[in-house]
Amino acid sequence: MTAVTAHATKPAAHAAPEPTPEVLSGAEILIRALEAEGVEILFGHPGGAVIKLYDDMDRVKPKFRHVLVRHEQGGTHAAEGYAKATGKVGTVVTTSGPGATNCVTGIADAFMDSVPIVVLTGQVPTHLIGNDAFQECDIIGVTRSITKHSFLVRDVTKMAATIKAAYHIARTGRPGPVVVDLPKDVLAAKAPYMPGDALELRGYSYAQQGDPEAIATAARMIQAAERPLFYVGGGTINSGASEVLTRIARKTGIPVTTTLHGLGAFPENDPLSVGMLGMHGTWYANQAVQNADLLIAVGARFDDRVTGKLEAWAPHAKVIHIEIDPACISKNVPVDCPVLGDVRLVLEELEPQVGPKDRAAWLARIAAWRAECPLDYATDDGALHPQAVVQALRDKTGGNAVVVTDVGQNQMFGAQYFTYVHPRSHITSGGLGTMGFSVPAAMGAAFGLRDAALAASAAGGDGAPAEPLPVISINGDGGFLMNSQELGVAAAHRLPLKIVILNNGYLGMVRQWQELFHEERYSHTDLRPSNPDFVKLAEAYGCVGLRCERAEDIRATIDAAWEVTDRPVVMDFRTVQKELVFPMVPAGAATDDMITQRFNPELTA
Amino acid sequence: MAQTLTPQQIFRRRTAGEPVAPGDAPQDNRHVISVLLENSVGALNRVANLFSARGFNLESVSVGETDDPAISRLTIVTTGNDRIIGQVIQQLGNLVDSLGVDDLTGSEHVERELCLLKVACDASTRGELMDVAKIFRANIINVAPDSMMFEVTGPTTKVNAFIGMMRPMGIREVARSGRVAMRRQLIFGD
Repeated sequence: MTAVTAHATKPAAHAAPEPTPEVLSGAEILIRALEAEGVEILFGHPGGAVIKLYDDMDRVKPKFRHVLVRHEQGGTHAAEGYAKATGKVGTVVTTSGPGATNCVTGIADAFMDSVPIVVLTGQVPTHLIGNDAFQECDIIGVTRSITKHSFLVRDVTKMAATIKAAYHIARTGRPGPVVVDLPKDVLAAKAPYMPGDALELRGYSYAQQGDPEAIATAARMIQAAERPLFYVGGGTINSGASEVLTRIARKTGIPVTTTLHGLGAFPENDPLSVGMLGMHGTWYANQAVQNADLLIAVGARFDDRVTGKLEAWAPHAKVIHIEIDPACISKNVPVDCPVLGDVRLVLEELEPQVGPKDRAAWLARIAAWRAECPLDYATDDGALHPQAVVQALRDKTGGNAVVVTDVGQNQMFGAQYFTYVHPRSHITSGGLGTMGFSVPAAMGAAFGLRDAALAASAAGGDGAPAEPLPVISINGDGGFLMNSQELGVAAAHRLPLKIVILNNGYLGMVRQWQELFHEERYSHTDLRPSNPDFVKLAEAYGCVGLRCERAEDIRATIDAAWEVTDRPVVMDFRTVQKELVFPMVPAGAATDDMITQRFNPELTA
Repeated sequence: MAQTLTPQQIFRRRTAGEPVAPGDAPQDNRHVISVLLENSVGALNRVANLFSARGFNLESVSVGETDDPAISRLTIVTTGNDRIIGQVIQQLGNLVDSLGVDDLTGSEHVERELCLLKVACDASTRGELMDVAKIFRANIINVAPDSMMFEVTGPTTKVNAFIGMMRPMGIREVARSGRVAMRRQLIFGD
């Protein structure tokens, strides 16, 4: 592991070097520093503490675009969606106090899911800090345990170097959120702008190349294993390792299971894919885990939603863990062969050291498990099942879409039934489980994809604009309402989002637990009395609203939605109310004790 | 419900320092960890916060500048099994402000703690107090008609023993520094 500090490797793009540096306001230095980082888009909301920044943005017309979100939480999720869809760093701007605290959920979400975002928060003037000033909040203190790092800029001469350091930290190693707190007087103060090095970060380093000996050991373990299984997490997608992983799996004939965030890292239509593992993973993926003699964990963190009861998980498997964060190795499951490094670099090193081996018996066992208990739901009752909606979306797009799910049953149906084939085609709030994530994150993703397509068209020069992938937002009726204010923003920017509400009138996942584990007492999960008319709500925001109440209309509704290309479409699917997500490992239970059907058959959806 | 563990499960428990058989005692150990930290605003907060946020045990922490005023040294005493201590060290290392993390436990090192102690006394007990202080090589810092203040330095066990000897005399106040520690340089072999 080598210490890496940020040095200016590329010259600032905006101007030729000048003999004497310009004297600029802190706000304008910030703008120039953001341009130098290649920032394309800011999701923000103005306020008193950052009014100077907004004034200077209006005055200097920066190279990046600013999108006025209607709630700062929506802004942070939009930045996450942008970051996850494009692989670039997302940026958020808010004012002090409530503007900053409204970002806290998004920051925590980005921390749990290793999403690179930089959150620029306004702060009261330095001489008022600590005085309980108007709209003052110690946001550095509030976010201390949910940021990768944070900075308070007290000195305008440190502005440019701090911004550079913030982006460097957010983007490198295991990515994560960085907060930069900007007091009002520092934004107004003037200093010579000198683009250049980041702040010296002598304590910051991150793993890159893996230890060759550890990789050789891993290769020997893989060759020796009879029943190996790849367990692939979101780190694989973050490091751009999907291709090399796919090559290795096919070359060695080793089956692959992915986590929720790993979906898309390995094509799920490949015969070697066993789908997702864990609490709502496939039964056959979990059987494979429980019977494997070797798990090759790649950019995954052994989350409790994956392992269930830790002591009973993967009881026969030796574990190889390829991982960039040393603190993730042996955190939950002691590892036999740790390989610290960037996942892509390690896998590229590993690739020539492993080869084919006859694994027909192991693959046959997995095929038998798959036949015994496939992913399934009632298709013969004529009812509108949420799973059918996800499958119809899949059929409509052929998997060429970016699916952004919310949290709850909609998220699990979205994970189970879409069949992801491309990296970055699945975006969700996994670790924190933030309801209200999907709509703003889908908006952020759509901005990023549209800009990338426009840039590609411009570079191509043949005049034909490249079509960005459609962005599908899958929601429940509960989560949809938590950030639905961003519909207006998406409509104003003419983003053709395909927003799906799997509307069962309940907080479905909580209701599921109440049915299965709390003796069918449905305490405060019925949303029907307080739900709005989602079609009217969509129309009020300038979106198209469609309602679908019958299973036979699913495809026609989706077809109609795809006809709309200049604004978001909200599809209100009135699904059955009592659908449950199966299979399921009950929380804290052993993976072997997975349940595959409801206890009380009379409650059939 | 004695369950047979697989060899892998036994390996994992051993590695983590967790009990393998039902009767085994938990293997929590005390570790002295030295951290070099940027002497910047908020750096110490981040360390303290890490311990509370992740539920690590923080027995004592002492902080001071090193010869380089931009760097401070923290000496942290924490307890836990091998898995937890591994996490403490890795998470400390992940802090952007930490420049180096060194687990001194298990290698030759020196630990010292400073303690100030105010004890009740009168003319009849003052001599006895001074005798005890002499044995512990404690210094008398202050004398008043009804109390004395001592300064004692040494390993934590010595400080504990001194406080224990003074307890029957009536302790008024105790202030302990927490441990500081440093690796020994062994030039004559070990």
